[in-house]
Amino acid sequence: MKAAIALALNAVIAEAEKRPGSIIMKSLGSLGMLFALTTTVVALDGEVRIHDPSTLVQCNGRFYTYGTGGTCLVSEDGWTWSRGVTPPRRGMAPDIIHVNDRYLMYVARNVGAQPRADINLIWTTSLDTQSTEAKWEEAGVVASSDGIEDCNAIDPGLLLDPNDGRLWMVYGSYFGFIRLVELDATTGLRIDAQAQPVNLAVNCEAAILIHEAGWYYLLATHGSCCRGADSGYNIRVGRSRNVTGPYLDHEGVDMIRGGGKLFAGSGGRVIGPGHFGRIPLGAGIEKFSCHYEADLDRGGASVLDIRPLLWKDGWPEAGENLRDGTFQIESVRTGTALELAIEGMPVGGRRERRGGAGAAGIGAGGPGAGRPPGGGGGPFAGIGRPIPNQDVAQVSTNWPAGEVPLRMANYLCQAQQKWSITAVTNAGGYLGSPYFKITVANTDRALAATAEGELAAVPAFTGAPEQLWQIDQLTDGSWRLQPKSTPGGSEPLALSAIGASFATLSKFDAASNKHRWILKAP
Amino acid sequence: MTPRHRILSLTSLAVAVLWMAGHGVRAADGVANAPTLKQPTSTECVPSSDGFIRRWLILEPIPAGGLTDGAVQALVKKVHFPDQFTGLPKDGDKASPTGAELVWHAVETTEYNVNLFHFARALGKPTSNVLFWGVTVIHCPEEVKDVRLAIGSNAASVWWVNGSEVIGIYGDRQTIIDDGVSKRLTLKKGANIVRAAVVNGGGATDFCARFLDANDRPLKGFSVRLVGESK
Repeated sequence: MKAAIALALNAVIAEAEKRPGSIIMKSLGSLGMLFALTTTVVALDGEVRIHDPSTLVQCNGRFYTYGTGGTCLVSEDGWTWSRGVTPPRRGMAPDIIHVNDRYLMYVARNVGAQPRADINLIWTTSLDTQSTEAKWEEAGVVASSDGIEDCNAIDPGLLLDPNDGRLWMVYGSYFGFIRLVELDATTGLRIDAQAQPVNLAVNCEAAILIHEAGWYYLLATHGSCCRGADSGYNIRVGRSRNVTGPYLDHEGVDMIRGGGKLFAGSGGRVIGPGHFGRIPLGAGIEKFSCHYEADLDRGGASVLDIRPLLWKDGWPEAGENLRDGTFQIESVRTGTALELAIEGMPVGGRRERRGGAGAAGIGAGGPGAGRPPGGGGGPFAGIGRPIPNQDVAQVSTNWPAGEVPLRMANYLCQAQQKWSITAVTNAGGYLGSPYFKITVANTDRALAATAEGELAAVPAFTGAPEQLWQIDQLTDGSWRLQPKSTPGGSEPLALSAIGASFATLSKFDAASNKHRWILKAP
Repeated sequence: MTPRHRILSLTSLAVAVLWMAGHGVRAADGVANAPTLKQPTSTECVPSSDGFIRRWLILEPIPAGGLTDGAVQALVKKVHFPDQFTGLPKDGDKASPTGAELVWHAVETTEYNVNLFHFARALGKPTSNVLFWGVTVIHCPEEVKDVRLAIGSNAASVWWVNGSEVIGIYGDRQTIIDDGVSKRLTLKKGANIVRAAVVNGGGATDFCARFLDANDRPLKGFSVRLVGESK
């Protein structure tokens, strides 16, 4: 059912592409214009319509993913996507893995009434269609279901075990079991075609295995697919010390009895996440790919997304890409917050520490002035009414007009400590997100990298690379902030709390808290 | 104690006395009563195992007030004594910033920090609403690039390395290791002068200082002498 509807969706898109003057294409075009005019931060940019995307792979610096019906999406930076070349074998819900210089793609097809299906292997040494090596080879069937047995041999998912280099494939969809077979990492074919597959789970599809810190995790998609905004798709997970299971969820329920801890469900304006694919990006940072059955901002289309992958208490969690907002930027290392290096004004104005004579701020006004009736006086009584936030236009009159150094301090709700983080349109991006500008809230003063590898706030955002920030959520949920580039610099640098009162830029070190930041609502 | 040890001890004592005489360190000083401070008894010392600079010349406190950025900057930019940003005093040198005669003291802390409260109290001087000037000299065998001065102070403080202001931290604050950190700087081969002005409001007052290398690890491999280049 899922595959049929997905194929229909792709057919509509393909038809629209073939007939640029058609009503369908005009509608999609109008929709695209609407997105262009109204978009702030959405799930990826460009052409992202896909169903059942494979795990992302890289080739010659580009990211690739393949979906049902032969959809191929390609991106230079992981943010802006375009349609790539369909591989010769179209089918359902492929998965792809790069092993020993070969890209192994496993593609399923129905070979009769469901659940009669098989999974075929095709391979190539390059996904870059400009390369002379880009030639897909057929390698045959690696798994099948006969239509009677308790399995539907579609939705393959691959794991190259980091411990021993063994290659595993899980497959299956709702009819009966999710099954596990071992593949030859060199040929991509079954180690033993006669070996009985191992049953791992039921009542799900789009399964895939990952390994982390001594555990195997089986991520599989529960719920119904292919019903647009009415799809109950959600990604669930169980774990085991052995690749062959049993895979238990956080409540101890075996996935072979329907268990599964929620990893990602619907939220915001996207409905029905499914088809998890892991994207490791080095120490301390991971992401995952999935599709949503319906992106309400894209007319309910099925679209690709890339989100942070977090780890908490031994379980993977789905992080959220950063959205526009105003934040305090607090160092995990020091607990202090980034601010302009200017003399701050206490919120509500200055007052004497003990409420003495000459108080100029909120404590001023004479004995008992403004204090709540019957509440008692003294230095802790407050003023008896809410104190408004600082108006940056008012408190910034003494701030230097030019470039201002940065520093860190205890957060005191002051204007120079509040930062607006805003997606920058048409400036490109990185895996899952556009670049952001970081400005002192309600001002144009923008955080920038300097040629010395230090920080400054420039008077106005110009869009220069040193003012564009890549903001990635790390696996512990904290954030890494990196300028797109540093003037004259060649290696990526990250915002670093080198001292309690001073921040700089330095090479990211996943083992240190100095590059980890918390973005808090002020 | 063997006769040989006795001879060595006497020799060491004589060397120390001669050095102290040569560097103006007086044989007896009220600082000796400070529980965490002692008078230097050698020509040089090395930083602690975690890089802290333990030997300093400290001027007796100057009455002062105000801990905000503006108040501290105005205070330290005011000329309190000649050669405020260029001179290198000796132990026992005197200055008269406010008419009253104040004395420079060579001190060496037994801790990671220099306890200015102990310093002032041992000398019978005020500890609140005061400004302390401190200076030290570190001698590097080679030029060292991309290092940072990293300090903590109670309370506000401003710091200079070889005449350039590199750190300012303000407000009523306690000493935190590596609170204020400079931008990357270069220590030249030979003598490098580190100067500090610490302003205290009330209560405890102290500071700590070290250099961090390009990998943010404590810098060692230099000596502290309280004197400039040998003539």
